[in-house]
Amino acid sequence: MAFLLDPTRPIYLQIMEEIKKRAVRGLYRPGEQLPSVRDMAKEMEVNPNTIARVYRELEQEGFIETRRGRGSFITEDSSRIEAERTKFGRDATQRFIRDITELDMTDKQIQDMLSLLKRSFSGADGKDKSTGEGTHNVCTGE
Amino acid sequence: MFVQVNDVWKKYPGKWALQGVTFDVSKGKVLGVLGENGAGKSTLFRIIASVTRPSKGNIMVDGIPVGLETRKIVAFLPEINPFYGWMKVMEQFEFLAAFYEGWDMDKTRELLKFMDLPDNDKIGTLSRGQQAKLKMVFAFSWPAKLVLMDEPLGGIDPPARKKIINTFFHEFRFGEQTIIMSTHMVSEVEEFVEDVFYLKKGKIVLSGEADRLREEKGTSLVGIFEEIAG
Repeated sequence: MAFLLDPTRPIYLQIMEEIKKRAVRGLYRPGEQLPSVRDMAKEMEVNPNTIARVYRELEQEGFIETRRGRGSFITEDSSRIEAERTKFGRDATQRFIRDITELDMTDKQIQDMLSLLKRSFSGADGKDKSTGEGTHNVCTGE
Repeated sequence: MFVQVNDVWKKYPGKWALQGVTFDVSKGKVLGVLGENGAGKSTLFRIIASVTRPSKGNIMVDGIPVGLETRKIVAFLPEINPFYGWMKVMEQFEFLAAFYEGWDMDKTRELLKFMDLPDNDKIGTLSRGQQAKLKMVFAFSWPAKLVLMDEPLGGIDPPARKKIINTFFHEFRFGEQTIIMSTHMVSEVEEFVEDVFYLKKGKIVLSGEADRLREEKGTSLVGIFEEIAG
C-alpha cells in the first residue's frame, strides 16, 4: 500500500490531496482518465461513496472533468496542475520553516544542511527530474 | 429518506433497551452504529429488520412501515449465525433463493469461490470466520435495498476480515444499496462509514457525518468515541 490514511483527518480531503499529488508527480497526466469510482475505492480501501464525493469536489474545483458515461479525467489545463505544485510546495516549505525555526539554527547552518540532504536524497532514489514517463505504475491495491 | 427511525423505544423485562432513538439514513449511505456491547445495537437492528417489534415508535424503510413487505428488500445479517447448521452450504442458499426476489445463484457460487468456502460442507461444521463470510454471500447474492450488518467483523481473524472487506468493496452496489453496520470496535469501520452515531444505554449520544466529526474534533472516530465511552 503506497497510500496510508490518517484517521484523524477527513478522509475525502486526504484522497483529494493524493490525486492532486499524483498529477503533480506526473503519475496522472493532463487529460488522463482516472480509475472508476469502484476501482479507486478498492485501491484506497475506502467506501466508494467517499470516492464519488472526492470526484465531485475535484470537479467543482476544476481539477478533473467528469464526462457522463465516459468517466473522470484529469484537467487538460497543465497550469492548474502547476498551481497545485506551487501550493503543495508552499505548504511543505512552511512546515519546514516552522520546524527549523524552533531549533534556532543560523541561515548558514540551514543552507549547509539543505545542500547536504539534497545530495543524499537525489542519490538515494536515483532520479531528480522525473518526467513521469516510465513511472506510470500506479499501485493496483493488491 | 430511505430509512426513518422515529422515537423508537424497546422494553425488555425490567430494562429499557432503547429509549427514544430517532435517525434517518438517505439512500446509498453507509451508516455506522457504534456502541459498547449491551448498548442496544442488536435490538435496534432486529427492529429495523422487523424480527421484533418496538414497544413504541415507528420505522419506515423505502417509505413502507417495517413488516412482511420490507423483509423482501432488507438483508439482515444478525450477529449470531442465522443459518441452519444441519444444511450444506449450497443447500442453504438454494433454500434462501426461493424467498428473495432477484437472487443470483451464479453470484452465490462466485462469492463462495472467492471466499474459499466449501459448498458441500454442513454449516454447523464451519468456523466462526467462515460463518461470517457466509453472511456476506447472503447479503450480496441478491439486490437487497438495505443491508443490516450487526457486528460483521466481530471475532474474525485478519485474513478472513480482509476477504470480507474486499467483498464489500466489490459487491456493494453504491448509489443503490444502503448499509447500516454496527460495531463495538470503532477501528474496524473507521474508513468505511460515512455517517455514524454512538449508542449508549439505548440513547444516541453523538451523531454526524464521519469526515465532519474528524474535522470538528481534530481526531479519529476512534478518538472521538473513546472519549464518549469513557
